[in-house]
Amino acid sequence: MSEWWTYRLSNFLLFSPRTYYRLFELYNSEIWPGQVLALLVGLAMLALIRNGGRWQSRVIAAALAASWLWVAWAYHYARFASINWAAVYFAGAFALEALLLLGFGVVKGLHLRPRDGLLSAAGMGLVVFALIVHPLIGPLVGRSWSQVEIFAIAPDPTVIATLGVLVLATGASTWLLLPIPILWCLVSGATTWTMHSADAALMPIAAAFTLAVRRGLPS
Amino acid sequence: MRMKTVVPIPSVNRRKLLHALAAASVAALSARTRLARADSVLMRPIPSSGETLPAIGLGSWITFNVGYDEVARASCAEVIGNFFAAGGRLIDSSPMYGSSQAVIGDALKRLGKPAALFSADKVWTSPGSRGPAQIETSRDHWDVPRFDLLQVHNLLAWQEHLPTLNAMKAKGQLRYVGITTSEGRRHREVEEIMRTQRLDFVQVTYNAIDRDVEARILPLARERGIAVIVNRPFQQGALIERVARRPLPPWAAEIGCTSWAQLLLKFIISHPAVTCAIPATTSVAHVRENMEAAREPLPHEAMRRRMAVHVAAL
Repeated sequence: MSEWWTYRLSNFLLFSPRTYYRLFELYNSEIWPGQVLALLVGLAMLALIRNGGRWQSRVIAAALAASWLWVAWAYHYARFASINWAAVYFAGAFALEALLLLGFGVVKGLHLRPRDGLLSAAGMGLVVFALIVHPLIGPLVGRSWSQVEIFAIAPDPTVIATLGVLVLATGASTWLLLPIPILWCLVSGATTWTMHSADAALMPIAAAFTLAVRRGLPS
Repeated sequence: MRMKTVVPIPSVNRRKLLHALAAASVAALSARTRLARADSVLMRPIPSSGETLPAIGLGSWITFNVGYDEVARASCAEVIGNFFAAGGRLIDSSPMYGSSQAVIGDALKRLGKPAALFSADKVWTSPGSRGPAQIETSRDHWDVPRFDLLQVHNLLAWQEHLPTLNAMKAKGQLRYVGITTSEGRRHREVEEIMRTQRLDFVQVTYNAIDRDVEARILPLARERGIAVIVNRPFQQGALIERVARRPLPPWAAEIGCTSWAQLLLKFIISHPAVTCAIPATTSVAHVRENMEAAREPLPHEAMRRRMAVHVAAL
């Protein structure tokens, strides 16, 4: 791309905010009551995180992998790609993250650190935020309840929940699971910032928080 | 779009009948008025053929990219229907604009394939060998037998695409060939292509604030007999936002403007090199308002300078 310095983020925004959030509205309507199942999976994951243990961590990784794969197909490929040709690549990245979660999380096994107060609170806090607080933010900033974004259905809460689990996980391989969620935080933040969404800072803050917390942790 | 006349069926009394007749008369009068208004739209010749086009067209960047949303698609069809009803012809899109091409194709089908359509699309892919396949996909989205105009989008792989487009034109698979750029990018290269290649159209950004093209590209277009399509007439809405809170200057009435959108559009289409401007909108009211700009009187040169100074100062 020549004269790249003349491009602004708005030059890459192909859709209006109305179309973007209406996509969630139609998506939610089409998959109802799948949101209930997604929420149950999320709450079960939360319970397993609290219990810890080897097999529990594998189940958590499997649930996350399934969520990433579903979002890759049902959201990015089947819906978002209709208004954003780049979403095909997002679908590929989300599917790749699902494979990484399967490989490093299910086959190899995630090691969740024992609950040690502040650090585990940070990870758990991110997961709870993704499951319970994040869906409320859209309506709180004026968007319709029908456009709500839910864990395992929409990309942002799925990514934040994954970041929470990765804060809780130990081992060098967890660093390999971080780049795609962190990149998505930047993509999502750039998109919502360009649309002047009130919650545009949320995903970049989640990424920065995760990296800051993980840098302070022993591997 | 045709206005529907609703006649009450149950328990027809004299009063209801009179109301219905009055509604029918208003509808008929309104339809005649619209036809008369459509007839008086300013037309501009395409220098390479002499064919004329209305001075206002319809862009599709962002506005028609609504995906599979049936409600939004119906709304876009209504906008396009009103565009044609007001005398519009040229609709511009690109494979870069998400679902816009398919949404336009859907709207044209809903509207019964309006004969007035002047279909302007783009080729936007690299390497150039992918061009023919992309053009065919675009044509399929629009569901038209052939495009009236194909432009090389943002000069991407223009060295490869222009021979393809010219070959299509020679075979009768295309009527006009052009190139596009936006927001002042690669103007030197645009000039070079305008000087060395056979082009029917060039598409550039031009408005009361972004006036770079006045220096070289617009005069060159006149010299070389190239039609000019103007994109970003409102700076993607930013220019309208900038001026909207200010009152229209009193002299706006002298050039027949009742809104800022019309004033900004009249500034553009009154340049002698400009063939048409292509504002994009999702609003029926706005498409009608925009089409009203394509009417006499247009500002003369002194007034154009006054308009530019005034808008720049806001």
